[in-house]
Amino acid sequence: MALPPDVTHAIEVRNLSRRFGAFLAVDRLSFDVRRGEIFGFLGSNGAGKSTTIRMLCGLLRPTSGSASVGGIDVSADPEGVKQRIGYMSQRFSLYELLTVDQNINFFGGVYGLTSERLAARRRFVLEMAGLTGREQTLARDLAGGWRQRLALGCAILHEPAILFLDEPTGGVDPLSRRQFWRLIDVLSQEGVTVLVTTHYLDEAERCHRVALIHAGRLATLGTTAEVKQIFQGRPIVELRTPEAVAVMRALDEMPEVEKTSLFGTAVHAVLRSDTTPAAALGARLAGLGLTVDDVAEVVPSLEDVFLDVVEKAGGAAV
Amino acid sequence: MRKALAVYRKELRQILRDRRTLLILVFIPALFLLLYGYALNFDIRHIALAVDDRDSSPQSRSVVSAFVNSGYFDLVASTHSPDEIERLVNLNRARAVLVIPEGFGRDLSSGLLTPVQVIIDGDNANTATTVLGYASNLLRTVGAELSPATVVRPSPLSLLKVEPRIWYNPELRSTLFLVPGLIAYIGMITAVASTALSIVREKESGTMEQIRMAPIDTFSFILGKTLPYFLISLSSSALIILASMVLFGLPMRGNWLALLLAVSLFLVGALGTGLLISTVADSQQVAFQMALLISLLPTIMLSGFIFPISGMPAFLQAVTYVVPARYFLVALRGIVLKGSEVSHLTVPLLALTAYALAMLGLSSLRLSRERA
Repeated sequence: MALPPDVTHAIEVRNLSRRFGAFLAVDRLSFDVRRGEIFGFLGSNGAGKSTTIRMLCGLLRPTSGSASVGGIDVSADPEGVKQRIGYMSQRFSLYELLTVDQNINFFGGVYGLTSERLAARRRFVLEMAGLTGREQTLARDLAGGWRQRLALGCAILHEPAILFLDEPTGGVDPLSRRQFWRLIDVLSQEGVTVLVTTHYLDEAERCHRVALIHAGRLATLGTTAEVKQIFQGRPIVELRTPEAVAVMRALDEMPEVEKTSLFGTAVHAVLRSDTTPAAALGARLAGLGLTVDDVAEVVPSLEDVFLDVVEKAGGAAV
Repeated sequence: MRKALAVYRKELRQILRDRRTLLILVFIPALFLLLYGYALNFDIRHIALAVDDRDSSPQSRSVVSAFVNSGYFDLVASTHSPDEIERLVNLNRARAVLVIPEGFGRDLSSGLLTPVQVIIDGDNANTATTVLGYASNLLRTVGAELSPATVVRPSPLSLLKVEPRIWYNPELRSTLFLVPGLIAYIGMITAVASTALSIVREKESGTMEQIRMAPIDTFSFILGKTLPYFLISLSSSALIILASMVLFGLPMRGNWLALLLAVSLFLVGALGTGLLISTVADSQQVAFQMALLISLLPTIMLSGFIFPISGMPAFLQAVTYVVPARYFLVALRGIVLKGSEVSHLTVPLLALTAYALAMLGLSSLRLSRERA
């Protein structure tokens, strides 16, 4: 079901809040998602991502504020919203004891598809998930990647204009993740708006725009390039060293270093200004008797952004 | 309707493929029917009897043969030694001992009051009471036959003779009384437990969330979800009744439609209870325990299935008024054993209707609140 042409924003969120008892899970959130956009929704566990999605899907009533999905107010007509959206969660909820075909038929029935339309969509889903010829396999006997693609297929049987994916790639191997994202790109090119939450920041890089939320609030929003502007004038230096802890301690003593963090085997140091060359930093560490294999200025990753935003918001990253 | 049908078909397929559910739905009713039908039997027969006949007169022998021929007692030993009697009882070789004193025949012929001793093993109070009842009846009958007709009875009481006639179950077979309870019990297992488990399982596996995101209304979902369990429990109830007719000679004196009405009302209430549990419980374990506590235990303990309600303390008797199986048993026993009409069973049927409505109402209230 395509969106009416006068709807410019697939999703509009205005001062959306949700309170559970004394706990404010979502705090005056406002953002827009454009049509056909892949919109990444990032944040640590408990940041309010799932609560927001549940409100946008019409499952949870907002405490205050408003949201419209596909031009429909979620508080006024939650059932109307459900007709227009597809939803798939990290647990790719299929019926394990049903075959591939029976799962497709069931979801087709629940979405109220006519039998002709279901037959056409069934072929599409089988092809998309690469399950043609395996229609009679039980869902529980499918490997992770196939299950996930079948779940996506079941979630878009009714051709929704807007698709919500709540950590869709959890527990799936990297190759299947890549295939999955290719499917999402195709859907987006066909005009489907996709709102996706993820823990994988490499996946977030594939989104057209990302929103980072922390403690229920919008911390930053924009294209990945835009959100990285937060490091404008604060270069990030990556140091490869076998003595990461000692190097971090030494860097923290230096006045031109704002902060350090550990990235695997490397240390990232955020500098206060772009006047200090990276090589000088390495030389000074060597002068202190520390081994540094490689020093280079790097492009900030979303993970740097994430950590920086969370720190500025005064919370610890989970 | 199309959506409800999709849920119905899916549920039925799942049940057919899930061995555990199938086991609960099919095997347990069959097992319980055989177990309760054959083993849970309050009729006591073949009581091991030892006899100490110190008289050995024609009269004493006819007392002994009255016991043996009654079908209740099996003669296992004949002895004159009190030590041997004690040994037999202690070894559980004899549960009852009949001691006929010397001069029994002579005293009886001369119209004297003649004592006969019956020793009963009291380690199981229920059995002992029943055995005592059998023995007293037998002795009264045989005593009347043996007394000389010329003797003027000393007490005017003995001029009255009780001729009991027990209606609907003349042999007082407990199976006939238990089978309706069994249907209630099985209805509770299949309807309450499996409905609750099937929904909670969907919560656990995450498919519930998927369904709630789909444009399907609560009514269609519940209808499609519970219909398979309703039909399955209805057919297992029918099978129990048919099997009991064949195996245990259960009469079906009433109207089958009245039976269908009573069973359906009860099952709808039970399904509603299962739904209600599923809205509260988050794991299958909790759901099962709640089903056990809320439905199975009261059905066994407080419905009159096994323990008569009239024998309970006043407090528990008051509690039985909210146990739906209580009304169900009255209705079922009425229809099956007595051939009662629907008009005779207004109170229990209305109570069952109220139960069904209350459970469905409460659970849909909770389900719709979950969405808010």
